[in-house]
Amino acid sequence: MGLTNSLLLAVLLINFFTLGSARLVACIRMVALQGALLALLPPATHGLSGHALFLAAGALSFKGIFIPWLLLRAIREVRIRREVEPIIGFVPTMILGALTTAGAFLFADFLPLISEHHEGLYVPAALATMFAGFLLLITRRKAITQVLGYLMLENGIFIIGVLLSSALPLMVEAGVLLDLLVGVFVMGIVINRINREFSTINTERLSALKE
Amino acid sequence: MLLLLILFPLVIAAISLAVPWYQARSWLLPAGSALHLLLSVLLAIGHFPATGSWIGLDALSRLVLVVTSLLFFGCALYAVGYLDIRRDRGNRIMVPCLLIFLSAMTLAVSARHLGLMWMAVEATTISSAPLIYFNCNRLSIEATWKYLLICSVGIALAMLGILFIAYAALGGGSPVSLQLDTLLANATSLSRPWLHAGFIFLLVGFGTKMGLAPLHTWKPDAYGEAPGLVGALLAGGLTSVAFLAILRGVQLMTAAGDGDMARQVLLGMGLFSLMLAAIFMVRQPDIKRMLAYSSVEHMGLLAIGVGIGGPATFGAMLHLINNALTKGGLFLAAGNIQRAYDSKCISEIRGAIVTLPISGTLFLAGFLAISGSPPFGPFVSKFTLLRGIFGSDRLVVGMLVLLCLAIVFIGMGTTVLAATQGEPEQKSPLFRDRPLLYLSPLCFILLVLLLGVYIPEPLQAALHQAAALLEVQP
Repeated sequence: MGLTNSLLLAVLLINFFTLGSARLVACIRMVALQGALLALLPPATHGLSGHALFLAAGALSFKGIFIPWLLLRAIREVRIRREVEPIIGFVPTMILGALTTAGAFLFADFLPLISEHHEGLYVPAALATMFAGFLLLITRRKAITQVLGYLMLENGIFIIGVLLSSALPLMVEAGVLLDLLVGVFVMGIVINRINREFSTINTERLSALKE
Repeated sequence: MLLLLILFPLVIAAISLAVPWYQARSWLLPAGSALHLLLSVLLAIGHFPATGSWIGLDALSRLVLVVTSLLFFGCALYAVGYLDIRRDRGNRIMVPCLLIFLSAMTLAVSARHLGLMWMAVEATTISSAPLIYFNCNRLSIEATWKYLLICSVGIALAMLGILFIAYAALGGGSPVSLQLDTLLANATSLSRPWLHAGFIFLLVGFGTKMGLAPLHTWKPDAYGEAPGLVGALLAGGLTSVAFLAILRGVQLMTAAGDGDMARQVLLGMGLFSLMLAAIFMVRQPDIKRMLAYSSVEHMGLLAIGVGIGGPATFGAMLHLINNALTKGGLFLAAGNIQRAYDSKCISEIRGAIVTLPISGTLFLAGFLAISGSPPFGPFVSKFTLLRGIFGSDRLVVGMLVLLCLAIVFIGMGTTVLAATQGEPEQKSPLFRDRPLLYLSPLCFILLVLLLGVYIPEPLQAALHQAAALLEVQP
């Protein structure tokens, strides 16, 4: 219990870091670290079973290494370093993040969880991470930060998935991780094209299509 | 056999990467999809056993499988002609992506495990993104980005819904599995709050993919900027697959005894989609965006049909076939018109029937069909749907649906008539009808016409079986 709780606390802290930082490289590294920490969660929860170890290896290599590498490569090519002028400022997003985290903890108390899950931080941490991902998706203009938001959303869902790993056979878990990897790969290509066409990766430039 | 059906498009996709000749690569598409169609039909009529705990076919998936396979075959044939005139863009990406897309759709349709189904639906998103990007200009980048991001986030929520359903099993003390048959068998013991939350997230997630309002925002952009044949595949095939995923949730809720709640929510979303589409289709200047809103409208009708239940469910199943084929014909014809005028805006399209006698006529006929005019198929399915609504004593819903359909007819009619009638301004069009590019839409519209006058006995039985699956109570 102690190990999983400290892991999940670290995950929560990383949420705040990404919400408050303007430096894209640091944000990508932090989301990578979050993925790597989450990779420790299955063995910490279920012990050193084959399934848990496989899941840990998959999450570490995909969430912790491959995907961040793809994103770092994408921003190296487009030479963008900072998120400027977010739609909502960094301090307000952090405050919103704090509020949603507090809300997640309160809300998790009302959920009809089974008794083993009442104690741990799993559910509130998962909810808070998902909310933080949503906040990044909504408040940032850079395409790359929106991808980071999507990844944090997936990380939050992953925490819930760990609780239910018996429902998801290995083949499905592997497929889900592979989908995520290929999805981010395609997003990276599109970001590259956006940059080539518009000379920026600010998504507010993507507004020609409307009624 | 079913596994073969999923895997062999991937093999052909790999072959297409190795083939050095342009035309040969294009022809791999119809060749592969003809085989796919043949096998799908054989599987659907029960020639091979197709049951298993991972992949298997039931009445619902048989229906969707044959419809998507048929639609894909038509689009593949069209693609040969299309890629021939788009040699500037090449087919090295289009052909393998289309085949992977076919494989992912087949897997999504036949999956008996919710996790596997999710994985396949996400794979359809990823493999169709390069297809939307085919034209490689600013607008198609924008459309692709919106599609990719909105659908990925939506699908992530569907994953959350699936996990909630697993949690419902955990909380209810039944075996924790996402295998559909296990879930359905133990549905009554699922923990209610988690099941309800799971269904709602499933609906939001796959509803995004299906394009139910208010989650449809990517749809006009993606359909508008993608080539006609991709629009046809998305509007006819992918939406049906996403609808099937939602129907799995409805099945589960019904089996747990909460079918009424699921139907209420579907009915509400369906009505909202219908109303929103009706508003946006009035004075819509862009023929492809108009078709996208028409797709939102018809997804709304499908949701309403299942939401009402009873005979309306049968109507919705029939409408799924009609919608897929008509949308296929309309998008392919619209693609031809866009090519001839180098525009998809009615300010520049005039007299399409004169310029393109076949495609223009097909576009007009497709409009008449999709808006529910007799003797086309959608008339029958819409009529069945409405009879179901009025038969269940929901007068207000019925009147609202009728009103929206009337608005849609007028709005769509204004745009379509403006585009097809009149005298064209240019005398020498950029493009003339050619057999490969009008054969598929022609066949689709003829099939829809056939379905309007005569529904074969086996199809009727299949539709009844599919509708019955959604009514299995605890």
